[in-house]
Amino acid sequence: MPRRRYSLTTRLVLSIAAVFAIGGGAVSYAAFAYGQRAAQASFDQLLIGAARQISRSVTPSNGILVTDLPVSAFELLSLAPEDRIVYGVFDSDRGFVTGYPDVVPSEGDTTFETREIEGEPFRIAQVVRPFAERDYGGSAVVLVGQTLRARQKMAAEITRNAMIAAGSFGILLSVLAALAVRAAFAPLRKIERQIQGRSAKDLNPLDLDVPREVESLVAALDRFILRLRRQIDVMQGFIADASHQIRTPIAALRAQADLAAEETDPAALRRIAERISTRSVNLSRLTDQLLTHALIIHRADAFDLAALDLRQVAVQVAEEFDHDQLADASHLELDLPEDAVPCQGDMLSLVEACKNLVANALRHGEPPITLRVGMEGGRPFIAVRDLGDGIPEADWAGAAKRYSRSSGVSPESAGLGLAIVASVARAHRGRLLFARPDGGGFEVRMEFQGGA
Amino acid sequence: MTGIGKWVRPIALWAATAAAASAEPEAVKIYGSEAVRDEIVVRSTTDIELLEPLLRAFAASAPQSLVRYEQWNSNPLYADAARACRTGANAADLVISSAVDQQVKLVNDGCAQPHWPVADEPGTGPVANWRNEVFGITVEPAVIVYNSDFVTFDEAPMSRFDIIDLLRPTESRFAGRVATYDIQASGLGYLFAFLDSQQATTFGSMIEAFARAGAVATCCSAEIIDGVADGRYLIAYNVLGSYALNRAETADNLVVVAPSDYTLILRRAALIPKDAGNPAGAAQLLDFILSAEGRRLLAEKHLFVDVGNAEEGGVDVPLATGAAVREIPLSPVLLVGLDRQKRAAFIDLWRSTFRRD
Repeated sequence: MPRRRYSLTTRLVLSIAAVFAIGGGAVSYAAFAYGQRAAQASFDQLLIGAARQISRSVTPSNGILVTDLPVSAFELLSLAPEDRIVYGVFDSDRGFVTGYPDVVPSEGDTTFETREIEGEPFRIAQVVRPFAERDYGGSAVVLVGQTLRARQKMAAEITRNAMIAAGSFGILLSVLAALAVRAAFAPLRKIERQIQGRSAKDLNPLDLDVPREVESLVAALDRFILRLRRQIDVMQGFIADASHQIRTPIAALRAQADLAAEETDPAALRRIAERISTRSVNLSRLTDQLLTHALIIHRADAFDLAALDLRQVAVQVAEEFDHDQLADASHLELDLPEDAVPCQGDMLSLVEACKNLVANALRHGEPPITLRVGMEGGRPFIAVRDLGDGIPEADWAGAAKRYSRSSGVSPESAGLGLAIVASVARAHRGRLLFARPDGGGFEVRMEFQGGA
Repeated sequence: MTGIGKWVRPIALWAATAAAASAEPEAVKIYGSEAVRDEIVVRSTTDIELLEPLLRAFAASAPQSLVRYEQWNSNPLYADAARACRTGANAADLVISSAVDQQVKLVNDGCAQPHWPVADEPGTGPVANWRNEVFGITVEPAVIVYNSDFVTFDEAPMSRFDIIDLLRPTESRFAGRVATYDIQASGLGYLFAFLDSQQATTFGSMIEAFARAGAVATCCSAEIIDGVADGRYLIAYNVLGSYALNRAETADNLVVVAPSDYTLILRRAALIPKDAGNPAGAAQLLDFILSAEGRRLLAEKHLFVDVGNAEEGGVDVPLATGAAVREIPLSPVLLVGLDRQKRAAFIDLWRSTFRRD
């Protein structure tokens, strides 16, 4: 099932849009709440101002209250030009003095309240003015109320203006964000352009000045390019080797075949056929080795080192010889320690390398052949030992080179085998060693980094 | 000291008069065909003949409508509209009153329904209204009227100061021959007097002068203006310009003056009651009144006076500056004058000044 892939731009746009949506919602709500509160506060001031003015116009006269309603109070109220007004003046016993008799004072000590009057909500302010006159000792309660149109209009206006400001700011931010995203992606486009502009053969590292965040990407790309180049080098080398090594035996085979075509003597013909057979077997072995080598050098750059026990490698090698090798596999002995020999490595490569060593020993050495595993100086090793003379000391330095002259390209050559083993050892950051053990014979050993 | 009894009594008296005034129109006239059922009931303080051209034109333009025009006095009209608002029964479709404070109070008490006038012909200007529920439909100045048979142009009052000066001499021949509205009987008279009391300090000296010279407070525009035309009164103060200008068309000796210190401009107010039976018809009529055509027809009867410009017909409106024009706003500030204690105190002050004939 194909995964849905979003471009980075889409992701960024989506997350920025989400941030803006949440922010916008919050701002809208805040603007709305603020607008409501501001409008409420402003017009409440108006109401209380008018109520105070009216309360100032109340005077006790002969024991009752008389109001000389001030025009200015109503002019103040008509600052909310569309709103209906109610007012009422009451004495301390809540007796009606003037105004709207139905707008009675509330029981509590409230200053502001909202009441429904004739189907329309009114905001009502209540002010108490105490008197201490000779003929009147109570107080006057003044109520002034207005409908809410001006408040709602003002609240809506504040909210709208805030929203317009926030919206413009949001648009500006979006533009800036878009520019920022473009700028942030610029290094990626630079890399893309560089890679696209390269010739197919250019496997040099990228030469780019990029921000820190992208540096690791460029480094990874560079590593990748390097590995690619190494592998291509290896492949090219291998193809050169292989063609060189296979061409000669095939030419020899053809020569033998040509001879056979012209030979009439049955005895000579049989000899030629035997030679052809031997050469074919050797060619087949050579091909095997080349392919194994190809597999391993291909893996060497590709495999991941995993923790393993070298004893397992040895056991596996022995088993595989049991299965498909010759009867003289019985000459193979295992010398394994009690404890695990931990090592970082690739099982398949190690097994193939050891098989190579064992095969060489079987072919050229003297039995018994021992497959040894152990630790020496903190370094794990795996070694093959036999009682033969092995490779002369003079050739040790060049023995691990691919098709070295000394080992030649004879059908029985071990040259390629050791080259494989050496490259496996290198891929494990180890090395290939030769030794003459105390008890005589010859030992080839792969030694690895310790501390795994 | 003025006792409480004296404060309270006038209210009772006023209430009694309002109640006593029959809750019935003074006159009724039907415009349009009786056959149609789409009746628009208009209750108005405006004299029928002033609105007749307009109503005829409306009936002609809206043949599906029948206008039942009822002419009322302002106080009974207010009482009727307030009653209809309370009970929801028998409401008019359109209420037009020159007592704009009462109209504003009806709106403030939630007795009107909103109407959004159609934006009509250019040149009509913005519509004066409050809450889109009460609309100023006319432009009528409060004026001074004098009889040119008895008052020469030189001594004719052009402002309130002139009236005070005329009345000052103890042996003034104007004594007892200056008339103005009885503010208890006329809602409009009360409104003008109350606004005067707020507009200028002249008000105090003016009613003092009125009191000294034995000015006459009497009811109703027509009665006052006729009295001036007859020569019974020499000068009338604060009469409605529309009535005076109409009367001056037939009475050559009647001169109309817009006071030069300030002229109050009344915009007769129309509203559609909340329980109107035919609000759509009322809205249609209201829109017609507010249209350019409606204004032209109102202007014909001096209900839409171009204040500051000389009128045709030799009527003198020597207005000094535009700044002297004080339009009475359709605003809740007008509620102050209707406050029971405020009104009682004001009427008490007035009554103590005027003797009632």
